[in-house]
Amino acid sequence: MDCVVTGGNVKVLAKAVHSLSRIGDELYVEPQEDGLALRSVNSSRSAYACFLFSPQVLKFCVCTNSTKQHKLSVQSVFRSLATLEKTVEKCHIKLDEQKSRLTFTLHCKHGLVKTHNLSFQDSESLQAVFDKDSSANIFRAQPRLLVDTVVHFPPSLEEITLSVSDDRMWFKNHVEEDAEPSKAMLTELCLSSDEFDHFSVQTQNSITFCLKELRGLLLFAESTGLPISIHFDEPGSPVVLSVTDSVLDGNFVLATLSDENNTHKRNSRSCTQPLPPPDDFMNDDMDSYLIAMDTSIVPEPSVTASAPLARAESSKHSSVNHRTQQHSEDENETDETDHTAGPPNKKFCSLFFGSVLPPPSQMSTQPITTQEVLASDSEEETQLE
Amino acid sequence: LNMPLSTQSQTDDEFYVFVATLDNARNLSNLLKAIAFKDHAIFTATPNGLKVTVEDSKCMQANAFIQADIFQEFTIKDDLVGFQVNLTVLLDCLNIFGGSTVPGVSTALRMCYVGYGYPLTLFLEEGGVVTVCKINTQEPEEPIDFEFCSSNVTNKVILQSESLKDAFSELDMTSEVLQITMSPAQPYFRLSTFGNSGNAHYDYPKDSDMMELFQCTKTQTNRYKMSLLKPSTKALALSCKVSVRTDNRGFLSLQYLVRNDDGQICFVEYYCCPDEEGEEE
Repeated sequence: MDCVVTGGNVKVLAKAVHSLSRIGDELYVEPQEDGLALRSVNSSRSAYACFLFSPQVLKFCVCTNSTKQHKLSVQSVFRSLATLEKTVEKCHIKLDEQKSRLTFTLHCKHGLVKTHNLSFQDSESLQAVFDKDSSANIFRAQPRLLVDTVVHFPPSLEEITLSVSDDRMWFKNHVEEDAEPSKAMLTELCLSSDEFDHFSVQTQNSITFCLKELRGLLLFAESTGLPISIHFDEPGSPVVLSVTDSVLDGNFVLATLSDENNTHKRNSRSCTQPLPPPDDFMNDDMDSYLIAMDTSIVPEPSVTASAPLARAESSKHSSVNHRTQQHSEDENETDETDHTAGPPNKKFCSLFFGSVLPPPSQMSTQPITTQEVLASDSEEETQLE
Repeated sequence: LNMPLSTQSQTDDEFYVFVATLDNARNLSNLLKAIAFKDHAIFTATPNGLKVTVEDSKCMQANAFIQADIFQEFTIKDDLVGFQVNLTVLLDCLNIFGGSTVPGVSTALRMCYVGYGYPLTLFLEEGGVVTVCKINTQEPEEPIDFEFCSSNVTNKVILQSESLKDAFSELDMTSEVLQITMSPAQPYFRLSTFGNSGNAHYDYPKDSDMMELFQCTKTQTNRYKMSLLKPSTKALALSCKVSVRTDNRGFLSLQYLVRNDDGQICFVEYYCCPDEEGEEE
């Protein structure tokens, strides 16, 4: 791969890298025939993001037909966004497979040339499988609307609950069930459907997901002025947030809690999903509930209908209990990713990345290069957790 | 503005071997902040001005020079007056009124020293309020002589600080060393880091409009410990120009030209030994 990004596109690329760095420390770079894919996944595999840049952005792009994907830490290249916007005139990205390095050359004002030679690890394709177009609930809004909404929630807030009715959308902070009601503060915002560019609700329900990744996407969307689409079905299946224009396509796939305050939902859930296995955590309502959620997505591969619509695979991380795996593989790597593996992510652990392959009809949005499905060991997972 | 100070200390003036006054104490404190990476600071006053020296690990030395004419009054009774004080304490005293940056509001300073064994006395005045601080002085240590003389300089460049600030602000701190390459041929002037995620090079062409002077006679590549160079970023941030020199032993001299609030020029200078380990590798 050898390509050049110029002018304002460098800024877009840098913003994309920054919002991906909100998800995970490592960036997966995959040159494709139809452009350059940048992906990231968090350490608990509950959030995945992908930006696909079309060849128009990457001028003179010579992409080799390599199916390999390269994993590297790239933040250092675009560390200082503020100066980047003012100074960088051209960015040259070159992949040297033999030397196992990816070179970013930034041509800046005053003739200054910054060269970053990044070493990388080869990795198998990392891809979440999701079908946002068949989602029951689809919305599209200008980034400003969501930025103005999210700004009311404190930075410390980890999860946010989004509820929809036929003509309204509510955002509220998610309060843990074990939190003392008298001490918890509830913040709720209601948006009317006419504030959205597109508002279509088939099932009225609520989902809870991590706010951090949403904020990451908002940073990108706000700076590029691109509207954000929100697609989701039901609690427990992922929400897809996306930005699209003619030259780039960005998708953030976030796990949602199947937990909900709606008792109706809870009852229906307990009918369709297996009971949590006996475990020490049974004493703790919330935890056992979450374990139930975890195990519910890894039944025998035949139960595809109830499976969430997203899945990722990589030779290294295809198993559900990837964290244990990483320990044995590469201790340094785990050290680096540890700080992102915060408690909130844990709850969403492996929600969709451990799940089974959806029926072929649902895999429309992303091409799959590797098809291996590794059945996960749900019992081991719960024990380890 | 100076009235309360001068009336108060007039009678004592004859006792002091060293008296210096500044209308704006920030002109001193800003410079001292730029070298405040260790507590002990050696003050050397001569009729030319004041030099403040801070050292780290006998491998690095920073000097702040404040010429005599920057001070509104600069009286010295000996050819050389030396003392050592705790720089952190001195900076706390200089900012005792909060170090306001509001235009028109400034702290006036009168700094007096009786002599060996006496404390350094500071009279600070802002808005008619006077604070007197006495800081115990310590036995002055002999600053290390890096024997860096201009006749041994192999390579020298003068850059506008703007262009280096950018590079220093995003240096990969996982790299243990900063490697500086200076050469009459390409890459002319290069800063390199070798960090966890890979290496990075910053190349400045000799004809860049940021390059004010380019005098390189021989290709030299030296490594300096990042931990020793990092404190110089503070001086860089204050400065408008920087001169980077290396001598035939690979020693590094960084000279920062700093313009104070009143547009006067001061200097901050850093000397740093090359990293021996890096050379052996």
